[in-house]
Amino acid sequence: MGKIFGWGRLGVDGRETFSEDLAKVTRGANLSRGLGRSYGDSSLPAVSTDSVINTTLANRVLSLDEESLVIRVEAGASLVELNKLLIPRGLFSPVTPGTKFVTVGGMVASDVHGKNHHREGCFGEHVRAMKIRLADDSIVECTPTVMPDLFYGTIGGMGLLGHILEVEFELRRIPSQWIWMESERVDDIDSFVSALNTAAPKFPMTMGWIDCLNRGKRMGRGILMAGRWATADEAKSRAPYELPHITVPFELPNIALNAVTAQAFNSAYYWKHLARTKVGLVGPEPFFYPLDAILEWNKVYGPRGFTQYQCVIPRHAGPPAVRAFMELLTRLGGASPLCVIKDCGPEGKGTLSFPLEGTSIAVDMAVSPDIQRIVDQLNEFVIETGGRIYLTKDRFTTKEHFRRMEPRLDRFVSLRDKYDPRRRIRSAQSVRLLGD
Amino acid sequence: MKAVLLGATTGMGRAIARKLASRGEALFLLGLDEEDLAKSAADLSARNPSLAPVRFAVCDLEKPETFAPALDAASEALGGFDTVIVTAAMFATQDALEDDIELARRLVTVNYANTVVFCEHARKRLLARGGGKLVVFSSVAGERGRKPVAIYGSSKAGISAYLEALDHKFYSEGLRVLCVKPGFVRTGMTAGLKAPPFAGEPEDVADTVISAMDRDESVVYAPRVWSAVMTVIRALPRAVMRKVNF
Repeated sequence: MGKIFGWGRLGVDGRETFSEDLAKVTRGANLSRGLGRSYGDSSLPAVSTDSVINTTLANRVLSLDEESLVIRVEAGASLVELNKLLIPRGLFSPVTPGTKFVTVGGMVASDVHGKNHHREGCFGEHVRAMKIRLADDSIVECTPTVMPDLFYGTIGGMGLLGHILEVEFELRRIPSQWIWMESERVDDIDSFVSALNTAAPKFPMTMGWIDCLNRGKRMGRGILMAGRWATADEAKSRAPYELPHITVPFELPNIALNAVTAQAFNSAYYWKHLARTKVGLVGPEPFFYPLDAILEWNKVYGPRGFTQYQCVIPRHAGPPAVRAFMELLTRLGGASPLCVIKDCGPEGKGTLSFPLEGTSIAVDMAVSPDIQRIVDQLNEFVIETGGRIYLTKDRFTTKEHFRRMEPRLDRFVSLRDKYDPRRRIRSAQSVRLLGD
Repeated sequence: MKAVLLGATTGMGRAIARKLASRGEALFLLGLDEEDLAKSAADLSARNPSLAPVRFAVCDLEKPETFAPALDAASEALGGFDTVIVTAAMFATQDALEDDIELARRLVTVNYANTVVFCEHARKRLLARGGGKLVVFSSVAGERGRKPVAIYGSSKAGISAYLEALDHKFYSEGLRVLCVKPGFVRTGMTAGLKAPPFAGEPEDVADTVISAMDRDESVVYAPRVWSAVMTVIRALPRAVMRKVNF
């Protein structure tokens, strides 16, 4: 018996089945997973004997219409492969998460969002049709009008309503292969929330790195990054260079990432941006996927593993709620240098889709004996504001907290009752948060 | 190049087809299932918009009567072909083959007898137009009788011997035979098996095979390090092979 890992490197016993033929191997299977970039237990089996399908060999492009801008792929097709295919042709996915090492099936199941959420919404907004293997072993094609409950339940549904076999989605034309980026050093959390608001109408893509370690006056200082695709005139005549990847060669000891090294990193990263503002052209790789340049970077956390806490605090709770969240986060400690802030647009149609209008904060944390207490306290706060967490990052939220933060839960459970009454399709996360 | 590929919808065959298509080679796909072939053809076309449409025909290594019509269809679509690449074969673990003798019969028939028959049809068509390339996937499992691959390996030993003889016999007539001996490669076929050291990826194997084709090599190990590994294994005395479990 081998182990199956989430990105946070907390594994469970289990075995994956790899096949090009998803329609064959998903028959009777309990869970499908792709490239395993979800941090927690979303893609881990509930018990070691559950049959887990790895979709990554099912990676064909079934159709690509450059006129109508529609592509259909098998669920295991990855963004890294699609980008290679699409960017040189002046096309791009309408939404990309912060890593290109994701499958399209995973992008649907997590209903991923990106730097352009305030303009384009989540990936699911752009999905036109899906072929799904249901728990009763039938295969169906669903769209926003054919079996819409299954369609929208699957968007952000963590793969729990059926195995996604094929996905058809819309593409966007891009005017060049370059990004025009403006970045700005920001002094504290209040300035950050207002800077994101100011940038949103001007730029289709915004996000920020924030320092989650400093308290007091410098709390929430960071770098705001805003960008748009460069016009053909602005862009360089050559394509961006393919950046070299380096691989973290082995798991670092737990001690490698500690309070001192994290503080040092944060100060260095902040003051590297010495000018108040910078403008210029960057390639899509460093803009969308800065961390992808370091393969297996999750090993820097050591054998203890790590998790990410990502929540959204609704707009109506106001900037004081964001400040109060940062105060709680910095007081509880445990944050790593990796902390990201983003303003989200309106809630999508996916039954359990994560974003809602407000401010999203994501922070990586090494797993420590305190982790459960930290997550519980952050969840209590987020529930008070009317916010919620992103299941794709989660490993430690309790069933009780999830129920309190998720008014759409009953709707999702009724969909599972309809499409999988015997709960054949399940994950470690679904058992933890939904009980089955 | 005008190439016919048997088994290119999955694994190493898929990787080879994608790389040849990106070079602009004209391809014709043979395989078990029409719908699956159509999807692979669509994939190659979508990835390479300037490529001539990829056509396909059903050809089943368990049904020798499908070989000639399939190759004729390929010839018609391509206007004659100069390359035939066979990656299709059956695989099962030694335990599964020992438990199910009928499965063992099917496997040795497909991997040896029927593959030879397919290659005979293919090489006659290649020779009729003055030669060409015949590329067939054997395996390092055919290098030495070994416990974990007693039955599968013997079918591959047979095909390796046949390919070597074809090379000897028809080289002067312009036939270039390449016997590919993959070591352990991470594909759907080997999924679930514990990967040994030196395990390879299908994309790297495809690069190795295509460069060996371009240089008219007659045998290629993929990844190439398996050449050294098998030299050692071939040299081990029987007394040792009886003791070890590889």
